[in-house]
Amino acid sequence: MSLSNEQVGHIARLARIALTDAGIEAARAKLDDIFELIEQMQAVDTTGVAPMSHPQELAARLRPDAVTETDRRDAFQKIAPQTEAGLYLVPKVIE
Amino acid sequence: MINASLVELRRALDAGRISSAELATLFLDRIAALDPQLNAFITVDRDGAIEAARAADARIAAGRAGPLTGIPLAHKDVFCTEGVLTTCASKMLGNFVSPYDAHVVGLLKAAGAVSLGKTNMDEFAMGSSNESSFYGPVKNPWDTARVPGGSSGGSAAAVAARLVPIATGTDTGGSVRQPAAFCGITGIKPTYGLVSRYGMIAYASSLDQGGAFGASAEDCALLLSAMTGFDERDSTSLERAPEDYAAALAAPAAGPQPLAGLRIGLPREFFAEGMADGVRAAVEAALDQYRALGATTVDVSLPNAKLAIPAYYVIAPAECSSNLSRFDGVRYGHRAADYADLADMYSKSRAEGFGEEVKRRILVGTYVLSHGYYDAYYLQAQRLRRLIAEDFRAALAQCDVIAGPTTPTTAWTLGAMADDPVQMYLSDIYTIAVNLAGLPGISHPCGFDAGGLPVGLQLVGDYFGEGRLLAATHRFQQATDWHLRRPEYAR
Repeated sequence: MSLSNEQVGHIARLARIALTDAGIEAARAKLDDIFELIEQMQAVDTTGVAPMSHPQELAARLRPDAVTETDRRDAFQKIAPQTEAGLYLVPKVIE
Repeated sequence: MINASLVELRRALDAGRISSAELATLFLDRIAALDPQLNAFITVDRDGAIEAARAADARIAAGRAGPLTGIPLAHKDVFCTEGVLTTCASKMLGNFVSPYDAHVVGLLKAAGAVSLGKTNMDEFAMGSSNESSFYGPVKNPWDTARVPGGSSGGSAAAVAARLVPIATGTDTGGSVRQPAAFCGITGIKPTYGLVSRYGMIAYASSLDQGGAFGASAEDCALLLSAMTGFDERDSTSLERAPEDYAAALAAPAAGPQPLAGLRIGLPREFFAEGMADGVRAAVEAALDQYRALGATTVDVSLPNAKLAIPAYYVIAPAECSSNLSRFDGVRYGHRAADYADLADMYSKSRAEGFGEEVKRRILVGTYVLSHGYYDAYYLQAQRLRRLIAEDFRAALAQCDVIAGPTTPTTAWTLGAMADDPVQMYLSDIYTIAVNLAGLPGISHPCGFDAGGLPVGLQLVGDYFGEGRLLAATHRFQQATDWHLRRPEYAR
């Protein structure tokens, strides 16, 4: 499989990673090699094989619907790039 | 004292021949003197270590010491440590001082172990050479022109150079076992779910597992015993009582053939082409030693093992693209200085914060999870994963443990694979399948190649077979001295 620069640019936009044209070109060559490796999977017939997501076949564990965490907002916001009045600041998103 | 085992350090501490504060200072001074050449540490916490060591001394004096009380260790920088920088070797987290401890860190603190600092690693644990760190590559103490292996290369190099007696690591596709092999030490990756992933910065959640590094199986057993146990904060944590792996190892060997009755499976696929001559010779000599200790060997097959790497390079990037979406420059981590709007802020922050290998895996993961490709890639990989796990199940029905080389080659030179990520991915050919199946694996030193570089032998056990792996390795190490060999740095 060979990706086009347009496809790489599209994936980068979906992944929210800004890439320059040169960056797209550099990434494309290495991604092609990786997808060539991955393509080996397609030759295997897995009809009737169930996907395995956990080796112990565990179902998600449930816990009581109760608040267990303490309020540590100050500690968490201390490491944020920008906060104000207990809120995280981001660029304006609503006109 | 720098080459003492944990048992010897315990005796020295309990007898008052050395204090924990003196021991911490001894190793901190070694780090200060030697780490500039190795780059094994990202953060050294001298003040925190001395404070913790003094608390350990008080505990020892009060007669409340456990096996690890007062013992110095280091944590891979993937484990969150409250009040101490936790970077995951990324510019993205270059300013991240964690507000909480990982479960493993909390357990080891409670045991009285003394953390000296945080070790270097491949960025977000993505790599097999420790060259993708934002903080620069780690050097292999056996030859500083060579890589220590990755992604837990800092921990492995630190233990090999005796900058610290034991260290934590994580293993997603071989990241404990491969650097252990390259650095000539012992490293164990337990059954998936045995060690809590809470506070361990996630790369590929269904594969990541915390592990232990030490000079010997005995040291690893003591560390692993303190790291395991159910944690309700990790939904994949298994509800099992902690095991005392060290207790079983303490029993004296019964006769000259202490491994009599142990059946070792040799997968023909692990002994086929691709293995370097020096690795093959050392591994085969080690297997002869296992036979001399009473073990028998049987041929087994893992027919789908060759599919482990392609399956891994779908599953791991898919999970990484999801896990790393949390790094958006809003709540913590790097934020770009200039941006036009919110989407631009995300894109620029992530482009500036992540290194090339991390971006590459995020792009692969985003693609394989995107509309129209999920079934063809991700689900197909998960189906292959089951086939690989079933291969192991069938093989382990014929034997007690599976053995083979940990890596196809010894440590390569820095930069040798810098432009060829796929070639580097192939270096994990013997370790990755074990993660896909969720089985435990251990790597221990078993010899050297013609260039004087250490070779590792991997043992893989059935689920919850850590005790058997550690015991087999321990018996091997009681009869051999490969694990006692040290690079010049540690002499």
